[in-house]
Amino acid sequence: MANYGHWLLQVLIFPGLAFTAVVGLVTSWIDRKVTARVQMRVGPPFLQPFFDLVKLFIKETIVPAGGSRWLFLSAPLLGLAGVTLASTILWRALLAPGRTFLGDWIVLLYLLTLPALSVILGAFASANPLASLGGSREMKLVLAYEPPFILAALVPVVQAHSLRLGDILAAPPAVHALSGVLALLIGVLCMQAKLAQVPFDMAEAETELTGGALIEYSGPPLALFKLTRAMLFFTLPVFLVTLFWGGIVWTRGPAVWAWGCLKYVLLVVAVVLIRNTAPRVRVDQAVKFFWGPMTFTALLALGLAWWGW
Amino acid sequence: MSFAVKALTRSLNVFHLGGSACNNCDIEILDALTPKYDLERFGMVLVGSIRHADVILLSGIFNKKACIRARRVFEQAPKPVVVVAIGGCACSGLIFKDSYNWDEPVGNYIPVDAYLPGCPPKPEAMISAIVKLTKKLRGQ
Repeated sequence: MANYGHWLLQVLIFPGLAFTAVVGLVTSWIDRKVTARVQMRVGPPFLQPFFDLVKLFIKETIVPAGGSRWLFLSAPLLGLAGVTLASTILWRALLAPGRTFLGDWIVLLYLLTLPALSVILGAFASANPLASLGGSREMKLVLAYEPPFILAALVPVVQAHSLRLGDILAAPPAVHALSGVLALLIGVLCMQAKLAQVPFDMAEAETELTGGALIEYSGPPLALFKLTRAMLFFTLPVFLVTLFWGGIVWTRGPAVWAWGCLKYVLLVVAVVLIRNTAPRVRVDQAVKFFWGPMTFTALLALGLAWWGW
Repeated sequence: MSFAVKALTRSLNVFHLGGSACNNCDIEILDALTPKYDLERFGMVLVGSIRHADVILLSGIFNKKACIRARRVFEQAPKPVVVVAIGGCACSGLIFKDSYNWDEPVGNYIPVDAYLPGCPPKPEAMISAIVKLTKKLRGQ
């Protein structure tokens, strides 16, 4: 039984829910602060994401009359559970690279699609025409960015000859080869879409859908969606650093660890800068972009990795 | 002051409800969000959906029909919610008060927490109103 307690502690406190939530909220503060500096504003105070979250938890929860009550309220929990488990598995691999299980790479890819799935389910459960428009856009976007993302994530697998994150971490970083550099670039652009950041935020398009998929959500369920998004903003860049750039590993000394953290911050700032300098694309343009040049480049990177480049 | 009240006053999401305004108040409201005044310093952002709102900003002249709609929007907002009437029109009807389609101030339909007169009020006046409002909410 002690084993179960240990396991539960890992999922709920460290490196699972509590740890990921706190670092994710700090990351969302970095996002808003850098955005403000880009626009020459002062920006929100450090505790702003925490205030936002606490405020949403004291607000009233409204369930739309025509919607599916059960699905509407449980959809945010699905996304939160997905990102919590993904972060736990990822950080267990980073903290103890030797103790990971075979195929955790596949499990992570599956778990990281759950937040998008929860947005789609919540949108359709809320019986709002704008929300269902947002939900259908999100669905098309998931279909668009998943193929290049999985192909890019396959590059380090081919290089390390293993589906185990521990082996990928033990192998030389993927970016030391041309194929890894290409795969990292594809990964960053797919991450932009996975995080629903600006060039690919058509699912909640403030200007046309006024909140889109999340339009009917209020109070604690909305807080869970925002928390999921913030946690994903922490988990996804760390996942990319782990796959392509050597990870954030403590066991190789503090200098390597600090360099790993810096890589993470670099990826976050890259996402924020892309979001502040690019206009939103239409969903058909996004699908063409991901299925055309992105998938092609990902296949090229995979081929290069196969031939040892 | 509890942490919950502090969180509410530090994170006011604003929903802007225009009742056929002439756009001057709207422009001044957006002015308060621009880099010069930057209300995001106090955690205020504009939201597009009434379900995400903590503050409803009323601007413009709310005529007989618009008042009923404003009431419905107020009922759709998750409570607790604060209502602010911005500009002379929303406060009192101003020059439109003798108009055929104007009946009574929108404050008779929804509980308005703060009136901010002016045609239009300057962003500085809005910031001062926000400060007074948050102090009132915190009970100071």
